[in-house]
Amino acid sequence: MMTENCEVVGIMNQKYMLPLAGVFLLFLLAYAGVEGAGLQWFFGIVIPYLAVIAFIWGFVNRVMGWASSAVPFRIPTTCGQQKSFPWIKHNCIDNPDKASGVFIRMLMEIFLFRSLFRNTKAAFNTDENNKLTYSWEIFLWAGALAFHYGFLVVIIRHLRFFLEPVPAWLTFLEYVDGIVQIGLPGIFLSGIVLLAAALFLLARRIFDAKVSYISLAADYFPLFLIIGIAATGIAMRYFTKVDIMGVKEFTMGLVTFHPVIPPGVGGLFYAHVLMVSVLFAYFPMSKLMHAGGIFLSPTRNMANNTRAKRHVNPWNYAVDVHTYEQYEDHFREKMIEAGLPVDKEE
Amino acid sequence: MSNEIKPDQLLDNIDHTPASGSWMDTPVQIRPGMYCYAAKAESVETLGFPNARPWNPMEDDWKLPENWQEIIHNGIKERLEKFRTFKVFMDICVRCGACADKCHFFLGTGDPKNMPVLRAELLRSVYRNDFTKAAQILKMIPGGEKLSGGRPMNLDVLKEWWYYFFQCTECRRCSVFCPYGIDTAEITIMAREIFNLLGLNIDWIATPVSNCYKTGNHLGIQPHAFKDMLEFFAEDIEEITGVNVEPQFNKKGADILFITPSGDVFADPGTYTCQGYLILFKYLKDKYGLDVTWSTYASEGGNFGFFTSHETMKRLNSKMYAEARRLGVKWILGGECGHMWRVIHQYMDTMNGPADFLEEPVNPITGTKFENAKSTKMVHITEFTADLIKHGKLELDKSRNANRIMTYHDSCNTSRGMGLLEEPRYVLRNVCDNFFEMPENTIREQTFCCGSGSGLNAGENMELRMAGGLPRANAVKYVHEKFGVNTLGTICAIDRAALSTLMEYWVPEVKVYGIHELVGNALILPGEKERETDLRLEPLPGMEDEDE
Repeated sequence: MMTENCEVVGIMNQKYMLPLAGVFLLFLLAYAGVEGAGLQWFFGIVIPYLAVIAFIWGFVNRVMGWASSAVPFRIPTTCGQQKSFPWIKHNCIDNPDKASGVFIRMLMEIFLFRSLFRNTKAAFNTDENNKLTYSWEIFLWAGALAFHYGFLVVIIRHLRFFLEPVPAWLTFLEYVDGIVQIGLPGIFLSGIVLLAAALFLLARRIFDAKVSYISLAADYFPLFLIIGIAATGIAMRYFTKVDIMGVKEFTMGLVTFHPVIPPGVGGLFYAHVLMVSVLFAYFPMSKLMHAGGIFLSPTRNMANNTRAKRHVNPWNYAVDVHTYEQYEDHFREKMIEAGLPVDKEE
Repeated sequence: MSNEIKPDQLLDNIDHTPASGSWMDTPVQIRPGMYCYAAKAESVETLGFPNARPWNPMEDDWKLPENWQEIIHNGIKERLEKFRTFKVFMDICVRCGACADKCHFFLGTGDPKNMPVLRAELLRSVYRNDFTKAAQILKMIPGGEKLSGGRPMNLDVLKEWWYYFFQCTECRRCSVFCPYGIDTAEITIMAREIFNLLGLNIDWIATPVSNCYKTGNHLGIQPHAFKDMLEFFAEDIEEITGVNVEPQFNKKGADILFITPSGDVFADPGTYTCQGYLILFKYLKDKYGLDVTWSTYASEGGNFGFFTSHETMKRLNSKMYAEARRLGVKWILGGECGHMWRVIHQYMDTMNGPADFLEEPVNPITGTKFENAKSTKMVHITEFTADLIKHGKLELDKSRNANRIMTYHDSCNTSRGMGLLEEPRYVLRNVCDNFFEMPENTIREQTFCCGSGSGLNAGENMELRMAGGLPRANAVKYVHEKFGVNTLGTICAIDRAALSTLMEYWVPEVKVYGIHELVGNALILPGEKERETDLRLEPLPGMEDEDE
């Protein structure tokens, strides 16, 4: 029993303790590297540039790789009534027959996670009825949506570090994001939502037996990384009060390709930058590429009109078939005897 | 028989909470009752597939070719280039788990490797190991291999693949719920293609494929026997109605070629659906002069090639267009079948078209243009019949089905690979008064598989079939208890056979009917005598007493 428990713990370790340790290590590496060894130039300039290059190169490569694969058949998953007769109501979004319907279907997938919205939870009641029931399960959808939109707003807000002057719409976004005023500096909802949602997704992964069973280290690592990024960001804004002018000087230096290392910006900031950089570099070789892949998913981005409009397979090739002539040659006598018409009476 | 396991016992075995530990370290155990027998060598040879030999999945030695790992690696590589679905679906799963409890096999067995995500991970883990940069980088770090989620191909992995990719019916229910539309059917299709490179098909698929190729249908019914069987149905119909429905075969110059799964010609209760078609065609011939022919060469609507490989699917499907061209018909009408219609709807025109030798299908009786079939030129029988009913072209006596309290099972392929939802319901409502839907999470695009699709309707895997069919049966049981439903309508030949067995096991009071069996009962043929029985020779409602 003891050994079994140890083994279980061992597996859990591998699955999430190592990714967690990895993220801590990243944090310490940058923090110590800057505070101890004065490697600001490495963590602030070399790494971010390399990460952005890896991101762009990797992302483009991945998408080009997918795009280079053929789409031999038009095989959308149909989730509603097909278009047939004018008197039968066609579901033009969940079973689109035109590009416009596909466009709306994709918009709803990308911006509203429509398929995930359908999620149900099955439960098996072992009583005299032995009934299987299905209830609507909204939490994964809500958590995922909060996570992605929280993240999006955080990223957009960060544009203020890369744009000079800061455009009015960005200031307005910040105003909306900071509408809940508690103390100074004002709280940005997006950061809190992002952190909370990431923690929820993590908890789900650890405590839901099914999700835990399917999870890999590659599922925990980006979550820990994003939690680390959000936590360091929040710490700098609300607690350690990072030198914001210094940070802007630094980021403007990066985007204008005249990198500078401002004084007075400490190790915590570089830890934040390193984790963001690792996220960027890791992105294209990970499951995070679902961000690009969703656009290319043939079960969603194609119209269900193959019977109305011919789809061409670029690698279609001729195959051996058993022709009618071969068939008749084989069965002619029996066919004639049974009174079936034949092409050759012999 | 392996269905010795009783329903209560089967239910007791279900536990949806996976054990702790890692699935990769849990070796596969191939268990009788859960797998299908290996393909016979001669069936593998018919189509020229490699490695035809006798073998047994329960034995250690699967008699694989020497370089089998290389064949698999290259097989994956080739398919990654040929199918964007495969490549994208290998890369973008985030393992959110939304699909986990959507699979009927998971719900019925509780086996965690039947969660769609894990089924795909069986293959994805090898893909990651062989083809991704992340795994190659991690491999350089000590212990990194475990972190990558990859694993090298070995015999245990292959056996695990084989066991679980033949526990997927390619029903696509998981794909409805996946936020990226990842379709496990697509992954299962690729895995099965790869099995066929190694001679690892199951016999319940390989032998029907071989028969279909040589003889024209899955059951290997030869032309004269095929004709005999339909004529035998005609005799039965004449006994019931007094009308000889006179089926026509291989008739050149007919208006329409009709193709349906051969299961309807041979297996009860599909045979009654087949009689329904015969009655409908006779009615249309007498009333409107419509000339419909059957073919003995293209006498199979189903296509188990679809469960073998894309190429095999194409080779079998080619007969439909070839025969339509030879006979010079205007267009093709297809019978009630599930996967047959996925193939026709989403593949046929691309594979074997363009069908420029046919006319854009128009119903000559109503003038309706079947716009949705104008390129493929093949119309579904429930589209055709619904159009006839809508235009008041059929004289129907619903009261003959008054003892049927109906519910309707959407077959997976027509609902999730086509969207044929309302047409069969429209026909059903016009031939029967008592219709109750099953709960909404179990019908239409969320319908549950019969548990026996994609070539898994063999006898030796009965435990798997009864477990996989549990969610469907459970929903039928619900409407049976609530509304007194005694009849389950379907438009799929595999359903008609498989659901009958499933109902016998879980809800024995419910019988399975094809929609056109009900049409055949209700349709009033010109010159018919007063019917006393339905097509099953059971007394019609109100005739029970006279029967005594």
